[in-house]
Amino acid sequence: MANAALDPHAAIATTASGVGQGVLTTADGRPLARALARSQGRARRKAFLLVLPLLAFILITFVVPIGQMLQRSFYNDGFSVHMPQVSAWFAATERGTPPDDAAWAALAADLTASAEARTIGVVGTRINYDMSGTRSLFTSTGRQVRSGIEPPYDQALLDINPAWGDPMLWSTMREAASPYTANFYLASVDRTRDEQGQIQQVEERQRVYLMLFWRTFWLSAVITALTFVLGFPIAHLLATLPMRKSNLLMILVLLPFWTSLLVRTTSWMVLLQQQGVINDLLVWLGVIGGGERLQMIYNQTGTIIAMTHILLPFMILPLYSVMRTINPSYVRAARSLGATSWTAFRRIYFPQTLPGLGAGAMLVFILAVGYYITPALVGGSSGQLISNMIAQHMTGTLNWSMAAALAALLLGAVLILYWLYDRLVGVDNLKLG
Amino acid sequence: MKTTLILTTALTGFGFAAAAQEVNVVSWGGAYEVSQVEAYNKPFTAETGIKVNMIAADNPATPLRAQVEANNVTGDVFDIEVSDAIRLCDEGALVEIDPADLPAAPDGTPAAEDFVPGALQECAVANIVWGTVISYNTTKFEGQAPSTAADFFDTETFPGKRGLPKNPKRTLYLALIADGVPAEEVYDVLGTDEGVERAFAKLDTIKADTVWWDAGAQPVQLLADGEVSMTTVYNGRIFDAIVAENQPFEIIWDGQYMDMDMFVIPKDAPNPEAAMEYLKFATGTQRLADQAKYIAYGPSRKSSASLVGLYQDGKTEMAPHMPTSPEALENAVLDDPEFWADHSAELTERFNSWLASS
Repeated sequence: MANAALDPHAAIATTASGVGQGVLTTADGRPLARALARSQGRARRKAFLLVLPLLAFILITFVVPIGQMLQRSFYNDGFSVHMPQVSAWFAATERGTPPDDAAWAALAADLTASAEARTIGVVGTRINYDMSGTRSLFTSTGRQVRSGIEPPYDQALLDINPAWGDPMLWSTMREAASPYTANFYLASVDRTRDEQGQIQQVEERQRVYLMLFWRTFWLSAVITALTFVLGFPIAHLLATLPMRKSNLLMILVLLPFWTSLLVRTTSWMVLLQQQGVINDLLVWLGVIGGGERLQMIYNQTGTIIAMTHILLPFMILPLYSVMRTINPSYVRAARSLGATSWTAFRRIYFPQTLPGLGAGAMLVFILAVGYYITPALVGGSSGQLISNMIAQHMTGTLNWSMAAALAALLLGAVLILYWLYDRLVGVDNLKLG
Repeated sequence: MKTTLILTTALTGFGFAAAAQEVNVVSWGGAYEVSQVEAYNKPFTAETGIKVNMIAADNPATPLRAQVEANNVTGDVFDIEVSDAIRLCDEGALVEIDPADLPAAPDGTPAAEDFVPGALQECAVANIVWGTVISYNTTKFEGQAPSTAADFFDTETFPGKRGLPKNPKRTLYLALIADGVPAEEVYDVLGTDEGVERAFAKLDTIKADTVWWDAGAQPVQLLADGEVSMTTVYNGRIFDAIVAENQPFEIIWDGQYMDMDMFVIPKDAPNPEAAMEYLKFATGTQRLADQAKYIAYGPSRKSSASLVGLYQDGKTEMAPHMPTSPEALENAVLDDPEFWADHSAELTERFNSWLASS
């Protein structure tokens, strides 16, 4: 009876003999409920072991790196770790305290130590994120104090560079003395802190991120709408044609889908540019003169056209799979009951396609929000999206904290939209195929 | 039996030693990588037996920084831009390189005097000098041809669209040069608020006529398609188009922006000795001169200049195509990494804000 615990039937069979004892037990006298729980637990553990590799894979390759990256958006210890003494002084004093002798001595000691340890660049970079133009102040001062610095430290440092007396610099250093900071998020929404630590808007000529967030969501919405307008009739055609013909058409939809993104983007350049195929054709037809060729690329128009085309399959495929399952007799029934073709479509057919439409719109919108290479290539100046800024901070300015903050805001905005979608339409209504 | 044992042990030992002798070099890929493989790697392996693994990256500074942050450095030598080299050096990520360790020129000039100014940094040694130059399509200007940076901004006399890169570093200087600022004063002017205003005001004059590019291959394509009549472009790329593809392009050296590419060795590199060997070998006089045979980038050593010969087609004289030629240097702006380390973030935001506003 060693297997009794594993076999519920055996357990149930034995309960007959156990009637009257109050608690159901297995043949070997253990309570049935516990035996069952144990056998089921074992099965669950086995099932868990089966998915464990995937779980570990996702954890290691997805959750951990993204978590680490996002951590950078609010945690940057570039200053606090390498400038411990002056950080301690900041922690011990109130905001607005002018630097005293202890502060200057701590600063001089930290600068010397940091310059010797070759970490002064990290410190300068951290301060430069919040106050432009200060990186070289740290590195050049570091080079000079490495050979030694004599008290009085305030005079010595001010002699090296009078910028050390700037109250804004001290205020910025106070901010950076704690590794936890909201400044990268502030910068991501075009805000900064003044000398008193008050949050304020940056100068108008420096504002760029809010506008780009707005543009990203607006263009993504436009692109989603366009893929719907273009994709709906195609999906309908595919779903209603006989199998053989629809398969052929399906290949036309899928072929671009399988083609490299870069190839598709560059083909749009060939087509749309001012000396491109479409403009040549229009000039040849005499629709426009040679001098008034249309600017259809390297601007917002180019971004919209290329991205709509690239994302179209993500709208068509879910729509198609849902439309295939719609029984044509419903529309026929509506028509036979006197509905016009428009009413039949609006009240009977269209509502049934909503799960596919929801899935398609969701896919297209979320992909569009994070799109990067296409706007970079065809967007010119007016077709840039927020992802281009993230890429620039990742690879250009190497300010990963800023990139992380922008990415976190983007992620947050998408999650909010997803939540809204769930409240309005219901995620259960999504149908991907 | 005994002999077999000794033999296999010896072979294993040999195999182990051979396996340890390799160096991982991270560079930029493309034609540039080919030139490095031909001019540096092949003779290096032939001479030392050390195998060179070439790894391509969009910008090797990005994987370098990622590897340092993750405490898992896998590359030994990285080919990066000066500003990144200085920044990473200040952050303590790179090995310091003593110029005295580098080989002297054939005539005995020590390395410290043989390299061009700026080519030797605390943790980095330049291998090539490259330029961002103006180039135009000759078929677009039948009569008078443009010849200066100011002509680039003169869309009246020289009609057609202009191509410019989508970043402040390689646009603002050009605006100032065209506005009459001498090359050596560009960064002094750009360091002031009025100077920045002046540069943006000049850029405003051609903003509507500009096609912005991102990747180095784009401007050549734009020029070839006739999408722009004039553009700034990396000199190696445009040389390729002119000489290898016979395109009707001309280069204007006035207002050239000179950059250097640097070899650096990260701390904790897996093969530090081999890395140092490679770096010394590759930045030798003859190696740098040989590279010019494959790509139009200038050697960073003065002693290499006279050894620069013909292009690999066997007929094009390379010397006049070097960004370091006397004509090219006449009004050239040398990259100021310190300035950009300080102001890159601020000016990039300003630039993007300017771009986005209409």
